[in-house]
Amino acid sequence: MQRSILDARRHLPHVRNGMEIPRGTAWWRQIGWRHVVGIGVLGFMLFPVLYVVSASFNPLGSIAGGSLIPRSFTLEFYRTMVNGSKYPFMRWYGNTLLVALVVAACEVMFSTMAAYSFSRLRFRGRRGGLLSVLLVQMFPQFLSAVALFTMMSQLGRVLPGFGLNTLTGYALILMGGTMGNVWLMKGFFDSIPHEIDEAAEIDGAGHVTIFVKVLLPLVTPILAVNFLLTFIHVIGEYMLAAIFLTDDKVKTLAVGLYGIIEGDQSGNLGLFCAGSILLCIPVVLLFLYLQKYITSGMTAGAVKS
Amino acid sequence: MTSRRFTYADGPSAEPMLTLGRTTSIPALLTKIIFLGLVLGLAVAIVPALISMRSWTMLAILVITVIAVFTIYTTRHCVPAKYLFPGTFFLVLFLLVPVIYTIQISTTNFGDGTRASKSETVSSIVSASVVRDDSLPTYTMSIGVSRHGDTTDDYVLLLVNSTTGRTYLGTTDRLSLMPTAQVTVKKGRIVAAKGYRILTAEQVNNAGDAITGMSVPVNAGKGVAIHTSGISSAYTGTENLVYDSSADTITDRSTGDVYSPRMVNGRYLFVDPQGRAVSQRSWLSSVGLANYTSLFTDSSIRGQLLTTSLWTLFFAVFSVAGTFLAGLLIALLFDEPRMIGRKVYRSLMVVPYAVPTFIGFLIWSTFFNKDFGLVNQLTGLHLDWFGNASLAKIAVRTANLWAGIPYMFLISTGALQSLPADVVEAARVDGARPIRLFFQIKMPLLLVSVAPLLVSSFAFNFNNYNAIALMTQGGPFSSDGSLFGGTDILISGIYRLAFGGSGARFGLAAAVSVLLFFITALMAIIQFRYTRKLEEIL
Repeated sequence: MQRSILDARRHLPHVRNGMEIPRGTAWWRQIGWRHVVGIGVLGFMLFPVLYVVSASFNPLGSIAGGSLIPRSFTLEFYRTMVNGSKYPFMRWYGNTLLVALVVAACEVMFSTMAAYSFSRLRFRGRRGGLLSVLLVQMFPQFLSAVALFTMMSQLGRVLPGFGLNTLTGYALILMGGTMGNVWLMKGFFDSIPHEIDEAAEIDGAGHVTIFVKVLLPLVTPILAVNFLLTFIHVIGEYMLAAIFLTDDKVKTLAVGLYGIIEGDQSGNLGLFCAGSILLCIPVVLLFLYLQKYITSGMTAGAVKS
Repeated sequence: MTSRRFTYADGPSAEPMLTLGRTTSIPALLTKIIFLGLVLGLAVAIVPALISMRSWTMLAILVITVIAVFTIYTTRHCVPAKYLFPGTFFLVLFLLVPVIYTIQISTTNFGDGTRASKSETVSSIVSASVVRDDSLPTYTMSIGVSRHGDTTDDYVLLLVNSTTGRTYLGTTDRLSLMPTAQVTVKKGRIVAAKGYRILTAEQVNNAGDAITGMSVPVNAGKGVAIHTSGISSAYTGTENLVYDSSADTITDRSTGDVYSPRMVNGRYLFVDPQGRAVSQRSWLSSVGLANYTSLFTDSSIRGQLLTTSLWTLFFAVFSVAGTFLAGLLIALLFDEPRMIGRKVYRSLMVVPYAVPTFIGFLIWSTFFNKDFGLVNQLTGLHLDWFGNASLAKIAVRTANLWAGIPYMFLISTGALQSLPADVVEAARVDGARPIRLFFQIKMPLLLVSVAPLLVSSFAFNFNNYNAIALMTQGGPFSSDGSLFGGTDILISGIYRLAFGGSGARFGLAAAVSVLLFFITALMAIIQFRYTRKLEEIL
């Protein structure tokens, strides 16, 4: 009697969140294999990340001949990086954050303003303007490196604070890309019903009030995403920084850390990894926190609702 | 609904043109005043420097900018411009102007040895030909800087004749007697002079070329001038070469040979009728389309350019196809609502995307290191990954695959989730099996929505300098002095031409850049086509 009840339960499908979860081989065939493959894929994707974490704590400075889990543990590399005894790491960190914050803030401001104008105002050349912005944005700034280099060295002679080897000059160059996310932002503004701002206009609100007080609060999540994407982009920007920031004092982490690992690929691995972890922690946390918005934000330009 | 839009721009206005627009609230008004004040203040501060440097182009840009700012932000007209100006300003100045400037550079021979202007080159050739004349006076020298001048470049020579003890002031224009009342001489040297500050030996050293290259004409017609020798003495010498500006020739006084400018291997040199150059110094000049023709006709460059272009194309196609396929499959893998821990898998998949690109590539480059790299250790191989072009290409592609998958996974996941549920459901009800459902319903819809992103990803990888520069620096290089390395894509090749170690060839690099501009523009147009189609569909 008892036995038959158990038998019966074994053949009843398990239900979770209103979905039938099969058991036994059916589970393996439909769901289980996904876990197996998924773990394999994640292994490949996360391996370099785990490697960096491991090498940063491993006194050997690399995992050559060892296992991924270090046998002994040291904070030496972190200490060396933070106290700046070998490289001005904290200075590079500060430089990077400063440039990234300024450029990302400007990008959010300029992109949003332009997107509002393209989405809500009607003027001659609107479509042409939007397309030209998109077209020009597709040219990598790096392709004009020679021209930029000459321009900046000339600018430096007039305004020494903005020339070659200055953070301000470098930030200025990156500002050339501050219309980068206009398309994305415009998509968002387009998805807000026009009736909302029409109502505000009838109430006597001017374009500034409609923009700042009515529409901006509705697009806050995408502003955060836009900021974060630009922020990460600037932190990882290596090409132009390598040309324009060669002095140790003004380097960003991208050029600074590159110099560390290129100096001695095997000997400096620990230092490089410790520096990378210190840079990655805030970025990855922010990213995971905003991930939901990021996924929807990136597809918004293409997948319109 | 569409008939009523904002029409501030063309609304009739009874107000005078120059008002502070609609701004009514105090904080907004203050912000506006401070902003405009800053713009004006900054501009006024820069103008004197621009005038003294004779940077007329920059001055013109500045004036136009200030006028534009004031027209846009103090009138109630041009509302869209108020919002478009800041981003557009930087876009034009740091993206569009450099593109145009690059096109201009591509028609010159700008590069190492051809940076100076023609007149600078001529004067340096002539002054290098000085022969010391011991029958003429020598001097002890101090260097002075005008107390009134704002720039430190206005150096003067304060000279004491070694035999007569008379004191002189030497400028780049002329030599003049300096009354003894105005100078203090100690141990045969001028230590103080009225109106001038004397530089210390260290300051003279730091000034470098500005002082060592200085000469004071004594008898300009015969090429006699005073030249510095070290940091504390000067001698009188004769220039052996003389430049005739009307005939544009350089004549050798001692032999009577005449040299005139002629193009030699893409650079102008002063050569005599037998083809001997008086100096290897050249100058910046326009070469028309020579850089372009050499790209397509110079057999050594043409072959390399073709191989590099093909590899660039292959690299971009492989990167987009590989990452998209992998990303889509992984997205489908986790597209199973009954799977436990789906969110965790998805979050972890995206972690590499948040890691700055340069870190990922640098770590991968250590993995492929020949001596202690992980790949060789794990596989037991002893391959010199970066010493062989084919292996280096595999390494670069692997790393770029890793770097690109999270993005493709993200957009595929997003696109799968936003597929129209009713269409998918209708097909399911009609009895479509999962495989058919995917290939005939989901996949076409998905492709339509991600196509523009795939095209822009292609454009991105076509110019993915990071992947090459951080993994291989374009290497391995063959020993025959080729322009491009084994893994160089076009953009990293340009970098080497322009900033690489062996002689910068900015002009040629700019010509390749212009070529890439055209390819990029072509891809942009294709993308617009897709986007327009997409707009018609949705």
